[in-house]
Amino acid sequence: MENTDIYIGPEPHIEVHKYYGGVVPAAVLLALVLQAFFPIHFRWANYLELPLLVTLYFALSKRNPSTGMLLGMVIGLLQDSLSRTPLGLYGIAKTLVGFVGSSIGARIDVEHPIARFLLTIVFYLFHHAVFALTSQLLLAQHNEAYISVPILIASVVNALIAIALFPLLDRFRRPS
Amino acid sequence: MMAIPSRHKSLTLLAAVIVAQILLLAVQIKRERQVRLIRVWAVELISPVQRAGSSIVYTFEHGWGDYVSLRNTREDNQTLRSELDRLKVRNAELEGRAREADRLAALLNFRQAHVDVPMAVARVIGGSPDSGSLVVNIDRGSRDGVRRDMGVITPDGVVGKILAVYPDVSQVILLGDKESGVGALLASSRTQGVVKGSGKPELTMDYVSNDTKVSAGEVVLTSGQDRIFPKDLPLATVTQATPDRKAPFMRIQLKPAAHLDRLEEVLVLLSRQDLDLKKEAEASPAVAPPAAGTPASAR
Repeated sequence: MENTDIYIGPEPHIEVHKYYGGVVPAAVLLALVLQAFFPIHFRWANYLELPLLVTLYFALSKRNPSTGMLLGMVIGLLQDSLSRTPLGLYGIAKTLVGFVGSSIGARIDVEHPIARFLLTIVFYLFHHAVFALTSQLLLAQHNEAYISVPILIASVVNALIAIALFPLLDRFRRPS
Repeated sequence: MMAIPSRHKSLTLLAAVIVAQILLLAVQIKRERQVRLIRVWAVELISPVQRAGSSIVYTFEHGWGDYVSLRNTREDNQTLRSELDRLKVRNAELEGRAREADRLAALLNFRQAHVDVPMAVARVIGGSPDSGSLVVNIDRGSRDGVRRDMGVITPDGVVGKILAVYPDVSQVILLGDKESGVGALLASSRTQGVVKGSGKPELTMDYVSNDTKVSAGEVVLTSGQDRIFPKDLPLATVTQATPDRKAPFMRIQLKPAAHLDRLEEVLVLLSRQDLDLKKEAEASPAVAPPAAGTPASAR
């Protein structure tokens, strides 16, 4: 027996992607700007959760829980900063999304469109549940439902957008 | 690649990041009364510790204080107990003197109300060693003019009569003695009878016919027929009166007017001269007045 160490990192057959410099910050900033811009002009854009999609994409791609969680935290806090929510509300939700997404991305192949679609739905609901729970516990706001028809619609809409957005972001990967 | 990523490190980092953001939220959020949540948490977190600490300090301080205070407690306690005992004795003594003063005042009033009637004030100095008889000794004897069969009274009523006389001491047989008997009459009906002792606190009245109307509370006075006591001295009060079907006379139980069980000072009637109780009642309202049912002519 050559080595008895336990391997806990990404599955050996799953590739860890890297991106050109500035791609991640640019994508984050763009998502935040568009998230702030679209709902003002388009009513349907209320369903959008672009910062979540960006968080999820890089978490699934980088496949490092620490990186995913920190990225989620930064994006969440920035989103909080730009919105009227207290700092940390989106931050906590996206930190968990980043952490769990990276953990899942390190174990299964998330490149397939159907996998990305389903994962986006699940993470949207997870993100919303964490957001609602935090609001309920810390802000004593009980008007956030954990699940509802608009939330399900929003999850599907974002999943559809993810199917289009994620391949677009794939183009900015550095060749391994 | 043989790198071993630390899952614990990631989880720890996750926990730290989440906690940091929760704290960040807590700093911003205001709950009721506009108190920031972080303050609420801080207070709720710290207050049990403060409370426990305060309790410990309080216990220590008071425990120490109590210990220090207790050092002299035994000595103080003994001193206070001694003082208390001394004061109890003193209090009893003063109470006794006060009672004595009341009794003497009553005697004085009675005596002053009957200055024309020769009587001697005597102090009860002892009792009879015979438990079957009710006899007391007084500190007046033949040298004071006391003679056998003289009446002995208190302002409350008849006590008994002189049984034996010595130069400085006399024996008084009390009304309650079995050998005692006094001529009496019911104040309301003027029915005559004889009041006898029974060896018990109660007296009985004999020779009152069954057809006489006697009610509880009725006053019994001396009749003067025994040639010992003057007429109309308070003798007793009827407590129970029942007709006797087997005899022509009623069974009447009485309560003595005088407090035979706690005699201390008495008056010896040196003559059979009648006492004007109306005059005495006017002189001192404290002295028991004649019965309400007593006819004015009888007083």
